[in-house]
Formats: sequence, structure tokens, C-alpha cells
Amino acid sequence: MKLSTIEDLKTVRMQAARKLFLREQSDRSTGGDSCGLESGTARMQVLICGGTGCKASSSHLIAERIRETLENRGIADKVDVVTTGCFGFCEKGPVVKVIPDNTFYTQVTPEDADEIVTSHIIGGRRVERLLYVDPKTGQSVSDSKHIDFYRKQMRVALRNCGFIDPENIEEYIARDGYFALAVSLLEKTPEEVIEEVKKSGLRGRGGGGFPTGLKWSFARKSLSDTKFVVCNADEGDPGAFMDRSIMEGDPHSIVEAMAICGYSIGSGKGLVYIRAEYPLAIHRLKTAIAQAREYGLLGENILGSGFSFDIEIRYGAGAFVCGEETALIHSMEGKRGEPTMKPPFPAESGYLGKPTNVNNVETFANIPVILTRGAEWFSSIGTAKSKGTKVFALAGKINNVGLIEVPMGTTLREVIYDIGGGIKGGRKFKAVQTGGPSGGCLTEKHLDIPIDFDNLLAEGSMMGSGGMIVMDEDDCMVSVARFYLDFTVEESCGKCTPCRIGNKRLLETLNKITEGRGTEEDLKTLSVLGNVIKDTALCGLGQTSPNPVLSTLNHFRDEYVEHVRDHKCRAKQCKALLTYSINSTLCIGCHLCAKNCPADAIIGDVRKPHVIIPDKCIKCGMCMARCRFKAISVY
Amino acid sequence: MKLPCDVAEKVDAICSSHGDDPGELINILHEAQHLMGYLPEEMQRMIARRLNIPVSKVYGVVTFYAFFTMTAKGRYPISVCMGTACYVRGSEKLLEEFKRVLGIDVGETTPDGKFSLDCLRCVGACGLAPVVMIGEKVYGRLQPVDVKRILDELE
Repeated sequence: MKLSTIEDLKTVRMQAARKLFLREQSDRSTGGDSCGLESGTARMQVLICGGTGCKASSSHLIAERIRETLENRGIADKVDVVTTGCFGFCEKGPVVKVIPDNTFYTQVTPEDADEIVTSHIIGGRRVERLLYVDPKTGQSVSDSKHIDFYRKQMRVALRNCGFIDPENIEEYIARDGYFALAVSLLEKTPEEVIEEVKKSGLRGRGGGGFPTGLKWSFARKSLSDTKFVVCNADEGDPGAFMDRSIMEGDPHSIVEAMAICGYSIGSGKGLVYIRAEYPLAIHRLKTAIAQAREYGLLGENILGSGFSFDIEIRYGAGAFVCGEETALIHSMEGKRGEPTMKPPFPAESGYLGKPTNVNNVETFANIPVILTRGAEWFSSIGTAKSKGTKVFALAGKINNVGLIEVPMGTTLREVIYDIGGGIKGGRKFKAVQTGGPSGGCLTEKHLDIPIDFDNLLAEGSMMGSGGMIVMDEDDCMVSVARFYLDFTVEESCGKCTPCRIGNKRLLETLNKITEGRGTEEDLKTLSVLGNVIKDTALCGLGQTSPNPVLSTLNHFRDEYVEHVRDHKCRAKQCKALLTYSINSTLCIGCHLCAKNCPADAIIGDVRKPHVIIPDKCIKCGMCMARCRFKAISVY
Repeated sequence: MKLPCDVAEKVDAICSSHGDDPGELINILHEAQHLMGYLPEEMQRMIARRLNIPVSKVYGVVTFYAFFTMTAKGRYPISVCMGTACYVRGSEKLLEEFKRVLGIDVGETTPDGKFSLDCLRCVGACGLAPVVMIGEKVYGRLQPVDVKRILDELE
């Protein structure tokens, strides 16, 4: 069905709104009694998370089983089963939501399908055992609104994730989708659109935080017959999955925003550069593009405006450096993804030498809602210099791993303790790493800093794309720094010397320290060399690569000193510095450790205390994991 | 090593479908890698000839990107997630255990062609960390003690 005017779009919105009405309504209500078909509820919906995390736990099978059961019970016409994007609460996945009573089921398995249908959907009784239990009160919570994880969140970029079916364009239109595009094309000049984006204060969400409106105005000013709009979907930060979740949960917002950007800068061609490792996101994006074409929202003469725009997909092939825009452009041209000096900026000479505007997925996801709700609304959220919200992938040693979105200015403490539910296993918080391999570690004393671009930078870390990894007292900060350096060395493109050789030397020094061969002189080397690399590397990857080392060296210097002076690793992570031993009073001589020791390093007669031969021990920790009497300790 | 005839034909077809355009090299390599699971030298030479670019350029691209490989994968390709979230939840110990049990290093394949071992950076199932992918299947919340059992199940 091709839409040729804005009136056609309004008609689709009206028709589709009916389908979403149930969801919108129950989203506004705050819990209440459960409903079922038997007690008179006419229509119900089951929303099932189809994000990568939940799919890994077979959420697609849950959907299948629920559909089957509904068929068998003859009520398939009264209940819609909708696969949505990520709900964010990955720790408790797979997540299933029942509408209209807004029941939020966690850790559902395909075997639970029958009970959900029989007991809840038909009988109107919630399945208590699948409800989330608040660890503070021990009470089960039926509604996501009353779960602490969601309470302080504000969903702007993720507004449709976990709410609509990402493979259904009409559900997106029902949420005012494509109206920002329609209104821009028909009622605003490109300059007015750019002005609105500028006024909103939106800054690039890929890491750098460059003002988006300003970037667009540069591309607009470049004179050329051909220009390109590029969406950077090459999320390479290990442990971060914000962009993928947006593409999986709300792909049309990206399509719409790219078309708006095209109109603003005067480009008719969009390219999405996406990681080939994201099959689901690719599939959803392709579906969205095809649907948008079918509805005439991409292609020639969109909604009779005279503006034409189309989008193609380009695949990345796994190179972290391709997140840097010049490297990304080279990769799209079929070359090695090596960055080049700026200027010239892509806004002047980018893809195929033509003016190119590159924005990241999350940045684009904010555009339609800024234009529909207004720049003033958007800029009322956040801090003085960082407006709006930020999506974070919260992971590591935290109770509630997941995808969260909070207003800029929220403190790390709120994110970690209120939303994240604190540290796993009641351990002590040690550090939080933001900004991935380009960022740094922040400590206890930084917990009350409001999160925004400038505050994080001032503390030696950075916002980055939004990875947030929480670490506890069992994490060795030297090893963490080594882990990131290992990543950077592997991902360095090798073009400039500081990054190619400097980082390698940094890594070797860190290896030396974690292997117990470090000296205090090495700590000086790390600091001097790190700063030299920062000052001299060619691109963003190199310039930020020493951050994990410099920030841990700064905040956890005593730990580094312990490694080199006392040859101790307090977190017991650095193998070379550890000694395993068996406590002879606790050991009952069950022989289990010896049986499982891969190095045959444990000897002893049955029913007599065993001993570990230090020279043979490979320090794998297998014995300690197997011992049922806590007789093995490590120091 | 010469490519089997049918594979060579398919490589030809892939190149034509992209208009023999060197700008499409990465897309071509993606599709070509699907054919045999890896990109043998002869395949790279063939693509270079078709696109009329030096084979060094193709090789340069293949070795630059982590997604492309020049060695055959095992029937059960094992990828241990080395994303940060998995790392802090112990994926390094998991990897050590895989290496030890299989007797191969990262990037290698067992002599019987059954298992190959690799690292990857984040599958996005951080809630299940540490995560290992074997083929298309995701194994979550693994401990080193689980490794042997999982491998035995695949016998």
C-alpha cells in the first residue's frame, strides 16, 4: 500500500491505533487486578521479548508454544501474540508481558506457556511463581512500573522497544511514526529542521558528543550533486549492545531519522554500516526498509513532497576501528578500515569523496521524537550541556544486567544501586568502567557525579557509546587494564606508530606486572608512554586507548604497587602471583580434588589430608571449585 | 590447492552479481566465505582477478577484518565471548579450560576437524554472562567445570 499524502499516513495511524490502544491504555494505568477471558475481558495481548538476549534463552519457542496453546483452546482470535524488541531487563529474561493487566513475567521457559494461557489468560489468575520478586521486600511485583529497575528510567530513544512489533510498520506509525518526516518534508525547510535539532541540544551518542545539528549544518553547506547519510551501526565496544537493541526493537525510527537527515542536508542516499555479527538487527532493518519502500516512505517523491530518499545496507566485518568515521567510510568503499587525518571532514569529503554525514544509531533514534515533541521538550531533559537521555548497557557484577535509559545528570549511584539493584552476591563495589576500551574506571568517590559528557571526561573516563561495566572486589584492576589493552592491540589498524607500537609496549609492560615480573620503574613507563600515545596517535581509537591504563593507575595505584613490590594480587586474579594450598584440618581426604586436577599436582592417601605440589600446580582453580569442604584456599 | 568446480562457479556468480566492482569487495567476501566457511588463498586470487585488483589488496582486506578467516572451521565452531561483561564474569578461565580440554589454541581446529576455537566480542546476551556460542547455539552462565560435559554431549 503506497501512501501518497500525509492524509493517507493519518488514515493508517488511525486504523493501527486500535491495535495499540490496549497497550497504550494499560501502559498508562498503574497495575490492578489481573484479567482473563473468563471474567469478561474481551481481548488480550501477550508481548514476548524477541531481543538477542532473550532469544538466546529460547524466547521464540515461548511464542510458538503460546500460539499453539491458544489455537488448541480455540481462543487464538481473542489474544494477539506479539514479538517485541528488548524490554531491557535481560538479567531476568526471557520476559513476557500480558496486556491489559500489564503483568510482567520473568525467566519464562517454553514449558510455562500452557500455565500462562490456562491460568492467566483464560482463568484470570496470574502465575505467581513467574512474577518478579523484589529482593528488598521479598514480595512479588506484578507490574513493571513497580519494579525498581524501571522506576528511575526514562525511555526516549527506547520509546518503542518492548512496546511495538518491530517488524510491523503500522504499529510504528500508530506511535506517530513517520510524522516527523512527513511534517518536515511538507511544512518545514531543511534549515528549519536543522535549527530544531540544534536547539534541542542533541549531541552525538556514539562517544564523541559532537552537537548533531551543527554536524548536519556542515554537511548542508557543502556543495555537491551527491551527498550521503550514513548510520554508524558498527557497535564494536565489547559488552555494549545499545545500538543493536534499538535496531532490533525499533528499526523504523532509524529509517525515518535517516530520511529526515537526508532532507536536511540535501542527500537522497542513505547507507547503514552494520556489523555482520548482528544477524537479527540486519534482518529487522531490512524488513523495515522494505516496508517503508512499500508504503512510499522511502523511494521516489515521498508523500508527494518531491523529495526522494533510499537506504542501502553495508556490512562491517569486525573491526573496532571502523567506528571511527573516516575508517568506516573506507570500509564502506571496500578497503581496509584505516582512518585518515581530519580535515577534510566527512562533511566535505567522505564516502566516494562526496559530502557525508555520519551519525550513530542512538543519535538517529532521538531525531523523530525531538521533531514531534519539540526541541524545548527535549532540552528540558538532562544537564546544562548534555541534553536528553542516554542508553547504557549495564553489565558485569551487577544484579540487574540490562539495557537502561536515564536522563543525563542521573548519578552513577542511582544507576548502579537503584536501577542495577547493587552488586551481585552482596560483594563490595570497586569500580565502574564507562566508555569501553576508550574510557576509564570510576570509583566509589565518583558515584555521586551526575552522568554527562563533560563530567565523565573530566574524571578521566568518557561517555563512549554507553557500555557500563560494574566491577567488584574480586576484579583486579591491573588485569582489567590489561584486558582492554589486549583488545586495543588486536584492533589497532597499524597505520600510526604510537598506536601500533606504543600500545603493544603498554601491553607487554602490563603482562610483565600481572606475571609478577614488574618493577616500580614499569609504573612510570606506563604513565609516560600512555600520555605520549594520547598526544600523538592519529585517530580517536589510538588517542583514547591508554585511558583504561591511565585511569586505573590514577585511581588504583596501590594495587599496581602491590603487584610490583609485594608480588600480590589482592583480587586473586593474577595467576602467577597466587599459591593454592589445602587446609589439613578441613580436608577429609575425599580425593575429589586430586581426581579433577588436570596437572596431577595433588597427592595424598584416601581419608588423609591431601597436599598440592607447588611446582606442578597450574593454578587453574579446578580443585577449589570442586572441593565440598572449603578446604582449599588461595592467597 | 584448486577450488572445486562448483565453488569456483559460485564465486564467479557472486562477483558478477556485484558488478565486479572493487568497492563491493567486502560484500563479495562475506558471500564467498559462506561457500566453504573460510576464504582459501585460491578463492582470494580468483576474486582479485575478477575485480581486476592486486591479490595483495584482497589479502589485505581479508586479514584486516576479524570476521574473515583463512582457516577451515570445525564442525562445531566454538566461540568464547571475550566481551567485557563476560570477561569480568570469568570468561578467560572458561577459555583456558576449552584450550586445555581440546588441546588447541585460539584460531585452531582439532585434527579430526570436529571443533574449532575462537573468541568473539559480545553476542549481546550479557545477562547470561559468561557466554559461549557453539554453532548457532548460545550457552549461558557457564563455569569451567561445565566445559567437558558440554563437549562430551556433542560427541
